[in-house]
Amino acid sequence: MTQTNDGKCGCCCGIDLTRVKEIISECGTKENCLIPILQKVQDEYRYLPEEAMALIAEKLGISPATVFGVATFYAQFSLDPKGKYIIKVCNGTACHVRGNKTIIDAIRNRIGLEAQSGTTSDMMYTLETVSCLGACSLAPAVIINDKVYGTMNPTKMVAAIDELE
Amino acid sequence: MSIGKITSVQDLNNIKAKVTAALKAERVRLLLCCGNGCAASGADDVYKAFEEKLAAKGVDFKVEVFDEKSVALSSTGCQGLCQYGPLLHVVFGDKTYFYVKVTPDDVDEIIDTTVKDEKIVERLLFKDPKTGKAYVTKNEIPFYANQKPNLMTGCGVIDSRSLEEYIGQDGYQGIAKILGTDRKDVCKEVLDSGLRGRGGGGFPTGRKWMFTEMAKGEKKYVVCNGDEGDPGAFMDGAVMEGYAHALLEGMIIAGYAVGADEGYIYVRAEYPRAIKSLRRAIAQCEECGLLGKNIMGSDFNFEIHIKEGAGAFVCGEETALIHSIEGQRGMPSPKPPFPANSGLWGKPTLINNVETYANVPNIIRNGAAWFRSYGTETSPGTKTFSVTGEVVNTGLIEIPMGTTIKKVVYDIGGGTRNAGKEFKAVQIGGPSGACLTKDHLDVQLDYDALKKVGAMVGSGGLVVLDESTCMVKVARFFMGFTQSESCGKCVLCREGTKRMLEILDKILAGEGELKDLDVLEDLALTVRDGSLCGLGKTAPNPVLSTLKYFRDEYVAHIVDKKCPAGQCDTFKTYSIDPEKCKGCGMCAKKCPVNAISGEVKSPYTIDASKCIKCGACADTCKFGAVKF
Ligand SMILES: Cc1cc2nc3c(=O)[nH]c(=O)nc-3n(C[C@H](O)[C@H](O)[C@H](O)COP(=O)(O)O)c2cc1C
Ligand code: FES
Repeated sequence: MTQTNDGKCGCCCGIDLTRVKEIISECGTKENCLIPILQKVQDEYRYLPEEAMALIAEKLGISPATVFGVATFYAQFSLDPKGKYIIKVCNGTACHVRGNKTIIDAIRNRIGLEAQSGTTSDMMYTLETVSCLGACSLAPAVIINDKVYGTMNPTKMVAAIDELE
Repeated sequence: MSIGKITSVQDLNNIKAKVTAALKAERVRLLLCCGNGCAASGADDVYKAFEEKLAAKGVDFKVEVFDEKSVALSSTGCQGLCQYGPLLHVVFGDKTYFYVKVTPDDVDEIIDTTVKDEKIVERLLFKDPKTGKAYVTKNEIPFYANQKPNLMTGCGVIDSRSLEEYIGQDGYQGIAKILGTDRKDVCKEVLDSGLRGRGGGGFPTGRKWMFTEMAKGEKKYVVCNGDEGDPGAFMDGAVMEGYAHALLEGMIIAGYAVGADEGYIYVRAEYPRAIKSLRRAIAQCEECGLLGKNIMGSDFNFEIHIKEGAGAFVCGEETALIHSIEGQRGMPSPKPPFPANSGLWGKPTLINNVETYANVPNIIRNGAAWFRSYGTETSPGTKTFSVTGEVVNTGLIEIPMGTTIKKVVYDIGGGTRNAGKEFKAVQIGGPSGACLTKDHLDVQLDYDALKKVGAMVGSGGLVVLDESTCMVKVARFFMGFTQSESCGKCVLCREGTKRMLEILDKILAGEGELKDLDVLEDLALTVRDGSLCGLGKTAPNPVLSTLKYFRDEYVAHIVDKKCPAGQCDTFKTYSIDPEKCKGCGMCAKKCPVNAISGEVKSPYTIDASKCIKCGACADTCKFGAVKF
């Protein structure tokens, strides 16, 4: 991924950056505002568009490399657009012990994803693994968008995805 | 209803008296657990169903404690037995019923039978899965009877949204007690209590407070570590969500004691419910003058901000956490300087764990001696643990420090849950922790006893493993975790964990050699000694402890090409025994990847290239025809 130095959109992709500007003015331009800004931008756009990061760097008076460095450090941030449904399979200890691997495989098979994680080509689903959702007593646990599903098994999981559509 | 500004102990006492009177005037109170676990089982829908159906049935009910109505609906924090959630604790004065696995469909019957007629809905009672015995009240259930709750009595009992109910439990009296006193005395009281950091290290909290109090500087900060990165642990999340006011009170007391006027709570992003609850609690405190300028009419000012984490385990490390609050990459830095002298923005900073702070109000109110009456000489007090894994009762527990592992696994946890599978090990302390065996069942859960056997309390995650768990895989799991969470600053942590992971993968793929074990051990010690922060220093622990206590399992994978636990897929293929298969087709229906095909009434076959080895077919087959 390349970064433009002038802080302007470098790829003519036509992404509307109005919300980014608003978010920056809500959060402020101190260095410690960077992470909250990135979080809000990601909430809004479901990922961090390159142009948005460049704009944030310019407004905060820091280098695009710093923004990029922070964005790639934290697992929460994504530089690629995500699907409509974000399926997060817990890969914490309790869920691992109770067999989340078979659930991941069942999901991949159901949504047609070759890789262990990522987004389907039709932009419908993103599969991720996360560490501990705090529902360990109900392992294995999965979150789809904001809804938590406890005590999953492959069959229940496929049924839950079927229900989404 | 607003409770107005609180400016004196008298104000707190008045509110408390009003709460007590209001609770007394109620006929029935429905305490529905809406903690993270129960929410995952649908507690929010049950809550909504109660709201709608109580109204539809003409039962006049209240949510706010001061409303004058005889039926109260309350949403509490974690009540502990998450596995059986959503939990509903019904209180009629002295009489209580405890319902488990409540669904929206049960709500009609609960209202008609229990709320109106005060009778029990038998089928919703907790039944011991082993003995079949049904329990009417919560505290008779062995899971609860064997605990000693101090924090959890608040968490699972008051409405987590209510400041008034917290004050009704003597909440914020701790602040009233210390305002105007010498701040050194407050530090001393905490020191005398013997409270040790609940975030893992077990450093004496009072001593940390004294260092920060003595540090020179006009501006100081108080930081709460709510990152709870240890996978398999959820105690801090439960406290932030269900008992936020205890945490805030602890932080305010800490602020006064060390001379700080600003605090930060760093909460991991995976806890949206905790964040919401903390925001509400902070707003409530600001409104009635428990936070902000001139707290309770004194000249003490204190404000608290929330910082959401962004998903990096290493940010639980205190220096990394501080960098993350400052808006940078969360990488640890060398100590000294310690945060007590140079922390957030270079200012003296007190940093403690959620549970550490939440224990403080009780200590200030009841005194150091009270706290010391629980636990052991060197590890006083109670501690929460999350008990998970292959055990009958999973959930959140609170026990005096020094309770044995046996008591937790058997008396509270109810023993192993899979029929015929014996207890094998308990993993304690998360990725920095260790696996302990049957021989350690009498070991006490306290800082020093665990250290002696090469483990640590850590944050309090306790994962029970039975015979079906492969210990090499457990070690591989934690290695994979620390490897991907290593921030990359130290070469040994970054590269060493990767090489260790490769060796473990090689063994699990059936390609290991015996000499790999020596290399693994050697690498483990090098990574431990050559890393800056606790992540790298402790990352080898799961490998070291499994090598120490379960070496034969490693050897079996390498020499016999077998997984003694029968868990490793490499050594396993699923097939259908044509002799036993009746051709019912159930397995093909259950297979989530359509790997099974055949004609009804003749034997089915499994396509090994499609099979994900989930075992659903074997679980379904009534004739035992699936072999692996
Ligand atoms: C890699 C790593 C992760 C940590 N994660 C946490 C955590 O999630 N929560 C926590 O309270 N402490 C965590 N700690 C410990 C903190 O660095 C620090 O010691 C603690 O917050 C101090 O609080 P206490 O004295 O109240 O325990 C972690 C330490 C390391 C090295
Ligand atoms: S380990 Fe999966 S929710 Fe905690």
